Amino acid sequence: MAPFYKYGFFSEQTGLIVALILGISFGFWLERSGFGYSRKLALQFYFKDNTVLYVMFTAILVAMLGVLFFSLFGWLDITKIYINPTYIWAQLIGGLILGVGFAIGGYCPGTSVVGAVTGHIDALFFLGGAMTGMFVFGEMFPSIEDLYNWGYMGNVRLSDVLNVSSGVVAFAAVVLAIVMFKGAEWAQNRFGKEVL
Amino acid sequence: MKEKPFWSPYAGGIGLGITLLLAFVFMGRGLGASGAMMRFTTWVVDVFAHDHVMANPYFAKYAEHPFSNWLVFEIIGVMIGGFLSGMLAGRNKWRTGRGPNITKHKRWLLAFIGGAIMGFGARLSRGCTSGLALTGGATLAVGGWVFMFAVFGAAFATAYFVRKQWI
Repeated sequence: MAPFYKYGFFSEQTGLIVALILGISFGFWLERSGFGYSRKLALQFYFKDNTVLYVMFTAILVAMLGVLFFSLFGWLDITKIYINPTYIWAQLIGGLILGVGFAIGGYCPGTSVVGAVTGHIDALFFLGGAMTGMFVFGEMFPSIEDLYNWGYMGNVRLSDVLNVSSGVVAFAAVVLAIVMFKGAEWAQNRFGKEVL
Repeated sequence: MKEKPFWSPYAGGIGLGITLLLAFVFMGRGLGASGAMMRFTTWVVDVFAHDHVMANPYFAKYAEHPFSNWLVFEIIGVMIGGFLSGMLAGRNKWRTGRGPNITKHKRWLLAFIGGAIMGFGARLSRGCTSGLALTGGATLAVGGWVFMFAVFGAAFATAYFVRKQWI
């Protein structure tokens, strides 16, 4: 029964090797999609290159449906999977701040690592900035702890708060992705396609 | 070697999605990035000001065994995988990603500023695009979806003001 690590199939040390291998795959696919290149990422926000949207939502749907079906088949114990805790206001505000940083900086943390190892000098500056920002956050932490913990709801999933089954939420996510893909395609043709 | 074109975004999305699914199947957890950076940042601060790190509960949490951590190994893998993919496609060369209307020095400055804003936001959210939007999105975590729409909303709203940098 999966998750294998949680069911004691291998040790924590072996888990670090698994982390390395999964990381190699993660980095490979990010680079293949063009995510090491800041301008390609940033052109998403002008509807000139929809790669970010397509890659991200395709990945979410594949993993989401995989988890759902594997648990339906009885292969995967979904209760043993880590669900990010929700601090709704902290994450809403943090997300807004991060989005501003994305449009200005042109990277997010994972893609900046790929940019840096493939020779993008702006990614190195971005990484220096990101670590500076994290340092500032750490320094300010004692005075913003209330903000950091604002809106705690526990490890809740959309199906819990909407009071429907996770299959219904997953179906809605698939429909949402198709609508967004079509809308973005329309916008791309209208605003001038510039796919790098 | 001439640079090869990027692969289809759907191929990239399926590859990433399967990688994320395998992380759930093998480890029961998703992928991430900013957590590893926080550990590196804390390690640097710790070298210069150990007492200061220990006095701050946020830094202290990351200071113990900073590199013997799942996310750190995963990020080392990301470096290897990104480098290999770039090498196989002939894309590994020094350059600065920018639009035609900005100098590289201004772009470097904006990359640093944007990075600083993002670093702060990622810590406040307890995750970034990988650890919260992608992982939380796939597990249908409420915070992951709220965060993802906040990120895209703010990025689209900011884009107009920095258009000289990109288009």
